[in-house]
Parts: sequence; C-alpha cells; structure tokens
Amino acid sequence: MAIIDPRHAARQLFYERVFKTSTLVAALLVLLILGGVAVSLIRGAWPALRHFGFSFVTREIWNPVTEEFGALGPIYGTVVTSVIAMALAVPTGFGIALFLTELCPALLKRPIGVAVELLAAVPSIIFGIWGLFVLAPLMQRHVEPWLIKHAHSIPVIHKMFMGPPFGIGIVTAGVVLAIMVLPFISATMRDVFDTVPPMLKESGYGLGATTWEVIWNVVVPHSRVGVVGGIMLGLGRALGETMAVTFVIGNAHRISTSLLAPGTTISSSIANEFTEAVGDLYTSSLVALGLLLFIITFIVIAAAQAMLRRLERRVTA
Amino acid sequence: MNRRVFRKGKNAAFLLLSLLATATGLVCLGAILWTLLTHGLAGMSKHVFTEMTPPPGSEGGLLNAIYGSAIMTLLGILIGSPIGVLAGTYLAEYGRHSRLSAIVRFINDVLLSAPSIIIGLFIYQIVVVKMGHFSAFAGALSLAVLAIPVTLRTTEDMLNLVPGGMKDSSAALGAYTWRTIISVLYPAARSGIVTGLLLAIARISGETAPLLFTALNNQFWSTQLNAPMANLPVVIFQFALSPYKDWQDLAWTGALIITVSILILSVSARIVLALIQSDGSRGQ
Repeated sequence: MAIIDPRHAARQLFYERVFKTSTLVAALLVLLILGGVAVSLIRGAWPALRHFGFSFVTREIWNPVTEEFGALGPIYGTVVTSVIAMALAVPTGFGIALFLTELCPALLKRPIGVAVELLAAVPSIIFGIWGLFVLAPLMQRHVEPWLIKHAHSIPVIHKMFMGPPFGIGIVTAGVVLAIMVLPFISATMRDVFDTVPPMLKESGYGLGATTWEVIWNVVVPHSRVGVVGGIMLGLGRALGETMAVTFVIGNAHRISTSLLAPGTTISSSIANEFTEAVGDLYTSSLVALGLLLFIITFIVIAAAQAMLRRLERRVTA
Repeated sequence: MNRRVFRKGKNAAFLLLSLLATATGLVCLGAILWTLLTHGLAGMSKHVFTEMTPPPGSEGGLLNAIYGSAIMTLLGILIGSPIGVLAGTYLAEYGRHSRLSAIVRFINDVLLSAPSIIIGLFIYQIVVVKMGHFSAFAGALSLAVLAIPVTLRTTEDMLNLVPGGMKDSSAALGAYTWRTIISVLYPAARSGIVTGLLLAIARISGETAPLLFTALNNQFWSTQLNAPMANLPVVIFQFALSPYKDWQDLAWTGALIITVSILILSVSARIVLALIQSDGSRGQ
C-alpha cells in the first residue's frame, strides 16, 4: 500500500522548490523596493545635488525663475511643525493611554480603545480638509489673536507670535498634525503600558503608593523604551505627513521668526509643486527634497523600531 | 500628615489631567467626524454616484473618481497582496530564524511607516518617467507598494499563531512543506490573512500623496489604465483648495464617502479578528 510513486515524489519536490523560491523572491522583493526607492531618489536628486552641492541644505532661497533652490525653508518647516505636533500630542496621548490602562471603568475601556484605534485609520486628507475649513478660521479669529495679545509683553517669545493672524501657517499645521498623530500615539502607548506585569503594579499599590506614583515610578520606567519608540514612530509619521499639512501650511519658502506665518514642509513642497515643476533642475531639486525626507524618516523610524524590538525581547524573555 | 495630603493632591491633579487629555482628544476627533458628517451629507445626492466631476459652476458628481479609486485600489491589492502574503509565508515558515528574515522584517517595518509621498516619487521615477506620461497603472503600482508591508506583517503574525502541532501532523503524514502551508496553514490562518487584506485596502484607499504624480487626475470618464485616471483623494485635494463653493461641497462629500468606506473596512477587519480570537479561546 505504502509504495511511493517516484513520479509523484518528483512532482512534489518540484512544487516544493517553486513555492519555496517564490516566497523567497517575494521576501527579497521587499528589500529590493527599499533599495529601489533609495537608488531612484539619489539618481533623481543627483543633478540638483551636483549643481548646488552642500549649499542645497543650508540655503533658504527657492526661486523657480532663476532656478536657485535651497532646502532650508522646507527642512525648517518640517522640523518645527513636527516639534509643535509632538509637544501637543505626546502629553495628551500619554494622558489618554493612562486613562485607558489605569483609570477607565472596564465597561468603557473597549469602546474608547476601539474608537481611538479606528480614528488612527482615518486618512490624513480628512484632517487636512478639516484643518482648512474649520481649524484655520478658528485659529485666525480666536486662537492667534489671543496668542499675539498675550505674548507681546514676553521677551523672545513675542517674536514667535508676531504679525497678522493668517489662520494658515506653521502653528495651524502643527495643530492639525498633532490631532492626526494623537490616536496613533495613544494606541501605541496604551499597548506599551499593557505590557507592564500586573504583579509589579500590585506591589506598588501594596506599598501604599497612589495611582500616580505607581504610574510614574513603576509603569513609566518599566515601559520607557517602548514609550520612546512609540513617540518616535509618531514623529516619523508627522515628519513625512503630506496631505494634513499641505492644506494649511500656506506654501511659503521663507523662514519667518513668527510661528503664525505661512511656511512649507518638505512633503508639502513636493505635493504642491511637483506636477507643475518645469525644467530638470526644478524637478531634481524636489526629488532631492524627497531624498532628504527619506533619510530623516528612515533614521527616526529605524531607531523607533529598534527600541520597540528591545521592549518586545524583554517582554518575551 | 501633610505629606499624605500632598501625595493625594498630586495624584488627584494628575488623574484629572489625564481625564482632561482624554476628553480633549475625544472632543477634537469627534468634532472632525461631526463636521465631516454634516458637510458631507449636505452635498449627498444620487448625482454624486451617477455623474462625472463637473467644471466649476455646474452640477455634477464623483462617479469617475469613485470608479477610478475602486479600480486602482483593487489593482493595487491584486498586485501587492500576493507578494505580501508570500513574503510573510517565507518569514513565518521557510526562513523563520534566518538572518535574511530578520533583515526583511526590519525593512518591512520601516516601509510600513515610510512617508507615502516618497513611494509616489519612486514610482514616478521608475514608471511615469519611463512611460512618458501619468497613468492609472502607475497609481495602482504605488498603492501596491503601500499594500505589501501591511499584508506581509499580518500574514506572518497569523501564521505564527497556528499551533505547531498542525504542522507536525501534516509533516507526519508525509506532506511536503508547500502542501502543509497551502492545505493546512493557510486555511487555519485564513481569517487572519483576510483581516490583513482588509486593513491593506483601508490603508491604500485613502492615500492621496502617492497618486498626485502617478495617476494624476482626470476630469472625464476613463477606463484606460495607461492614461491619467480620476480618483477620490486627488479630486478632494483639488476641489477643496478651489475657490468654488460647489467644488468644495463635492470635496466634503467625497471625504465622507472615503471615510465611511474605510471605517466599514476597519470594523469588518476587527470583527473577523474578534471571531478568530473567540475561536482560539474555545479551542483551549
């Protein structure tokens, strides 16, 4: 009965090879894509980088007519909007994660948790259109006049809130970004807090610690690597986000000391200008902006992943 | 005694702040959804689904954009998900502990959160420039690149959840690994892999940035894959930034359509996952 048909075995072996090879090829394709992205960006950016040299990243000028391009304005806008976004979203996300893991009544825990996760799936263009039609007028009429009025007597700070309230600009873009990354940061932090063994927390409570003391002295130190990893993943998103920003940033390549002034980010410059760019040097400069963004986000995301992996290993160990 | 009061007060203050943060967050996000709903429903009519995107000042709908989005998302998934599933299979089965897998896993996680506009630039360089013009095919390809990391990740996770005993039983019966994977592991992980597909569709159907310079846009009805094709995200982008009131209204309606579809997809993915988990707990 148990006679192995050699033709059957040969066929099986053939299928085995084909299937195994195709999975391997698919896995290699992932590496190839990332390599392809890097190579194609470098090739596309080469003319601009060769023409401008290192001054491409240190000059503020962006003039399509005279074909002079420098990336400092977009880099500045990208960094500043992301910093504003993280300054607003990290404490709020921390609070939401705390609420969900430590305070929330069991009955509400799932619904709120699920709502937060679903909101992380809403596409960024929705945040952009809301920012343009709802948030920008609100900022212009109420928030920015208030900032200007109260900041003008404080030295240094008043320079950041000068000029007319445009509504659209760096600050508004930062706020939209903050709202956009908030669900993501909260969900990641909650997952990280959930990895803290209950026994550690119970021990803290057993010693008479208050809820906050347990959180600050037990939960946070234990999950620190993961929290930082989650924040950096959020930062990666904020740095590369295009649509939520493009609607409300104002697309001005000037660097202004005032955060209320219009600005631009790397991704929104590309989104706004790429299809309209005439001339090889202009297109190439935009691709060079893309290359810069790729390098910056790659470093941030890679660091974030490395940190989250460290946490994972510790949890499973 | 004073110290105790201070500690209690500090505790209460921070818990209150945490509560406030949650309230602020939920109110902001609720406000966005509310605006989306009211603005989007105001422009909703059957014209939206039966007519093409109009020139400013005249009536019209989003039919060509909805069609274009559906086609490009479908194509993106058809191209991207087999690659993601196969690569996920390699990571979970053939090369579980290999050095290569560790690298692919890491690179995949990087791709998962890489800015989508970069992927758009990449496809522009290798497809649009080579072909000489924008095309729906290029758009679909950039969406496929975005779909791969999502499906890869869920496939690997779900295959890892399949009990090792099932694999051993299949091997003991004399099945080759490919047979085991296709006839035992895939069926066992089916709902999980489907979840990955749903999540990938949800992820790519709202993407705007990579379509801006791959598929571009098209004001008219077009089914040609090698020509620019209309799509909801880019139409929303252009119409919302236009000065025309009727275009802006259509943008809101389009935004509502996208969001509702994505929420439905995400909720279904969640339900499928919940079903797997309840199955799993019953099995134990």
